[in-house]
Amino acid sequence: MANSLANTGADLELRGIRKEFPGFTAIEELDLKVPAGQFFALLGPSGCGKTTTLRIVAGLEQPSSGSVFLGGKDITATKPHERAVNTVFQSYALFPHMTVLENVAFGLRQRKIDSPLEKAGEALKLVELQHLAERRPQQLSGGQQQRVALARALVNRPSLLLLDEPLGALDLKLRRQMQIELKAIQMEVGLTFLHVTHDQEEAMDMADVVAVMNKGRIEQMGAPEVLYDRPKTVFVSKFLGQSNLFIGDVVEENGNALSINVAGSKITVPKARAEKHSGKIAIGVRPEKADFHEDVAPNVGADTNLIGPGEIIDIRFTGVSNQYLIEIPNIGQVTVFAQNIGKSPETQLGAKVWVTWKVEHAFGLADLPAGSGE
Amino acid sequence: MRRFTFGKLALPIYSLLAFAFLMVPIFYTILFSFNDAPAPNTTWKGFTLSHWLGVCTNETLCTALTNSVVIGVVSTLIATILGTAMAIALVRYSFKGRGAASLSLFLPMATPEVVLGAGLAAFFFNIGFQAGMLTIIIAHVVFCLSFVVVTVKARVQTLDPVLEEAGRDLYANPRQVFWKITFPLLLPGIMAAALLSFALSFDDFIITYFNSGAVDTFPKYIYVVSRRGVPAEANVIASAVFLLAIVSVVASQLVSALKRKRLGL
Repeated sequence: MANSLANTGADLELRGIRKEFPGFTAIEELDLKVPAGQFFALLGPSGCGKTTTLRIVAGLEQPSSGSVFLGGKDITATKPHERAVNTVFQSYALFPHMTVLENVAFGLRQRKIDSPLEKAGEALKLVELQHLAERRPQQLSGGQQQRVALARALVNRPSLLLLDEPLGALDLKLRRQMQIELKAIQMEVGLTFLHVTHDQEEAMDMADVVAVMNKGRIEQMGAPEVLYDRPKTVFVSKFLGQSNLFIGDVVEENGNALSINVAGSKITVPKARAEKHSGKIAIGVRPEKADFHEDVAPNVGADTNLIGPGEIIDIRFTGVSNQYLIEIPNIGQVTVFAQNIGKSPETQLGAKVWVTWKVEHAFGLADLPAGSGE
Repeated sequence: MRRFTFGKLALPIYSLLAFAFLMVPIFYTILFSFNDAPAPNTTWKGFTLSHWLGVCTNETLCTALTNSVVIGVVSTLIATILGTAMAIALVRYSFKGRGAASLSLFLPMATPEVVLGAGLAAFFFNIGFQAGMLTIIIAHVVFCLSFVVVTVKARVQTLDPVLEEAGRDLYANPRQVFWKITFPLLLPGIMAAALLSFALSFDDFIITYFNSGAVDTFPKYIYVVSRRGVPAEANVIASAVFLLAIVSVVASQLVSALKRKRLGL
């Protein structure tokens, strides 16, 4: 056997989950399916209901309505200690009165599994902490505590591992390192991981599937590349990376594209990439997909959107790229990221520019930004 | 030439005086437990070990001491168990009247002992309870309970509920979570509460005096005999209690120092 911790995870399914607390509703309505063996991320800002969702799956919170299924079995009424689910808590929650080894062996002892200390030792080996087995948790660094918490959960071979912002307390460098380790461990043990985070980079980097949550609902769910390439709502387009949004009425529809009128400029989006095909809609483009041209308006075909002229009002140097903020009269501000490839002469603040991007890179959203009517 | 400055000496002198002020009665008590004189034990007549070797030749004193120990142990046990449960409930659960319950627990601490003692005595008389060991124990539980709740509550407040959730998540049922996680983490607070409780009970005179009937406790015995002069055996017991306390404090300090050293903290 390659790894004694390996186990096949189980499908998780949430059906019609709703959770009300006195005074507010944490989860409006949630349906979710996480296939076995997947690394699934719940991404959202604080207060969006993602941690409550996790606690409902762990059994630490009861849903007001709806059901939780694990491996096809309804576990909604099952007590937390009777669920084949383990959690890595945000604060790690290591028992301070036990050694690292005893912490890891706790779950095994509760279930009366043979030779718990040996198995706990193996789990510590997996996270490369066997040399600290006899220490107390409070003598360990944050990253080490995090790995002990992971070992303590993994050693039980749960059908589903829940991770509640497990990297939240670590500094950036350690965080990136742990992301790689965590992903490697997940691949190695093949368990189903449900990871809750507010860090979009972390979610995109690690997860097979990301569900973006907002105000107690899932806004959009899919592979990270798909979510980034085709956000369907204003919230997703802004929370997952940055977006330039343009709002206008649909004025033209031909074949497989439609166009809106934004203060006299025509902006086109492929129909297949638009959620709404009539009325007032928002069309967006990612800043790195847009380009700008100085001095004269470029000649563009029907496959390119063109707006301008505008004025560069801010330039930010971030190393790998320059971020230009362009003010276009009657349209508003547009952000363009340009790779820092040593272009000469450099574009200066106040330059008069036109902004272009390929029609195929545009996306049409289902809703409108707050404060833009309807 | 060094100039004499009063300022430089003021602190050491003050410290010595304060220390002496605290230590003289204790020193006196210990010294006179070795005094070779019958009661009244007030003037130094020479050294003897006979009081230490034959404490229980004075039977009334020994009975009083036994009573005090029994009362202390029993009321500490009851107060500690009840108080710990109350402290956990007051911190962890919100229920109707939690604020009122919390406040009313302070009342026995704030009430003058005479009032509490007299009130309890009247109460016991009215419901027909004969004053004795039982009424003393009940009275002691009443005033020890508040101190236990306050002490344990402080500990419960520092206990992260996530630790208990982690226990539930790791297959421990509520009973196991309490005994394997909550209780060990609260233990230092519970021990402190129990020690405080025993000290308060062992030491109490006023409330006991009102509710003891014919039963003698150690403080009550001392009070009664002090008018004729305290026998040297009483000094022996007082000294022994004092030494026991010192030894246990030193021992616990040593144990925790060793623990820290072993953990490399």
